[in-house]
Amino acid sequence: MLTKRIIPCLDVKDGRVVKGVNFVNLRDAGDPVENALFYDKDLADELVFLDITASFEKRKTMLDVARSVAEAIFLPFTVGGGIGTIEDIRSLLKAGCDKVSINTAAVKRPAFVKEASRRFGSQCVVVAIDAKLCTKYDVRSTKKWEVYVNGGRTPTGLDVIEWAKTVESLGAGEILLTSMDYDGTKAGYDIELTRTISEGVNIPVIASGGAGKLEHLYEAFIRGKADAVLAASIFHYREYTVRGAKEYLCKKKVQVRI
Amino acid sequence: MVAIIDYGMGNLRSVQKALERVGGRTRIVSTKNGLSRADKIVLPGVGAFGDAMKELTRLRLVEPIKKAIDEGKIFLGLCLGLQLLFDESEESRGVKGLGILKGKVKRFDFKGRGSRLKVQGLKVPHMGWNNIVQSSELGVRSSKILKGVPDGAYMYFVHSYYAEPMDKSVILTTTGYGINFVSGICKGNIYAFQFHPEKSQKAGLKILSNFVRL
Repeated sequence: MLTKRIIPCLDVKDGRVVKGVNFVNLRDAGDPVENALFYDKDLADELVFLDITASFEKRKTMLDVARSVAEAIFLPFTVGGGIGTIEDIRSLLKAGCDKVSINTAAVKRPAFVKEASRRFGSQCVVVAIDAKLCTKYDVRSTKKWEVYVNGGRTPTGLDVIEWAKTVESLGAGEILLTSMDYDGTKAGYDIELTRTISEGVNIPVIASGGAGKLEHLYEAFIRGKADAVLAASIFHYREYTVRGAKEYLCKKKVQVRI
Repeated sequence: MVAIIDYGMGNLRSVQKALERVGGRTRIVSTKNGLSRADKIVLPGVGAFGDAMKELTRLRLVEPIKKAIDEGKIFLGLCLGLQLLFDESEESRGVKGLGILKGKVKRFDFKGRGSRLKVQGLKVPHMGWNNIVQSSELGVRSSKILKGVPDGAYMYFVHSYYAEPMDKSVILTTTGYGINFVSGICKGNIYAFQFHPEKSQKAGLKILSNFVRL
């Protein structure tokens, strides 16, 4: 049976992990390979590296990261952040990453999603969607969420459900759905948002933003119908291990790979 | 030497790195000559069936691959590389596959009206970790390629199509996703897997290690 996936997310800046495994005996906590090896052993199902490098010139360092990570682990990993051209994708895949996550560039030019999936296959095209609840919606009607880009700074006017369906039809293989309202709160994933999108499309949805305890992962899977969950801080700060999370889920009858 | 066929479809480097990790000597090849020097051949690949056949044809590799298999070279098809062994695929109608195995490649269809599978909310692509169930056929149980791989081991999958061989005796493993589809094939010197052993950690590397040692 297909298992539910747990995906730790690591932030990378100028080729160094800035938000990764903390308080662990890593020889070098900023080394992407050490972080990857750690999570590989901890039974992570995949990894996501989010490039938060500010300057364009230093973007190339991400290729070195992908290359060295691919050398060390035999586990699928995704790179996201600042990907805007077919050439960007080609270089990253060649460097050894398995999927790329596209966000702003997809909104700017939806045809990019189509070109990417046609060229490299849907399986490697993840579209990341940053969603924020519309406050102006009519309380009697159903909730609506708006798509934001540029790291959550710019509203687009796009409805998240419509956009999710659009990227699916353009060939995206998966959706990485982040709730801006819940991100960083540790209050749990946005279950309503996650379920709405997951039921609205026929491709896998990764829930992101808000994980604070193991129960939240369970809720995202069971009530939110998520196919995978992304989490950063609960794993980085060693509040929980991925293995521990899986043991918990397993006890609650969620299918996970142990 | 293991020849990994480069026909512009997918990430060869991860396949190469995994094979090297388990002690294989590899070379990336895209010519007939490259194939003839190898004693083992890997056909990896992600992407569309039609594009892949077009590229293999353009590189004039279709006949050399068939010939190499006929000569008894050990062949390993991965993901799309498994599907290409068959006659045709619903993904690219009208395109002929390698036709080395009889049967066709179908799309997971969970959308049919009133389909029980739709109710289960199964997504396409089938993406993530799923287990492989080894066939109970005697020949399979003694298959060297799965030596040391526990029955039910988790492997990493990502695909929307699956092969349906006409000859059921080639089935090495199956995997459940709405239906029980064929996730591993073995026929003489031909091996193929729908999952990605190169991305399936220890259990996947074990398969590649067995392959290198066949």
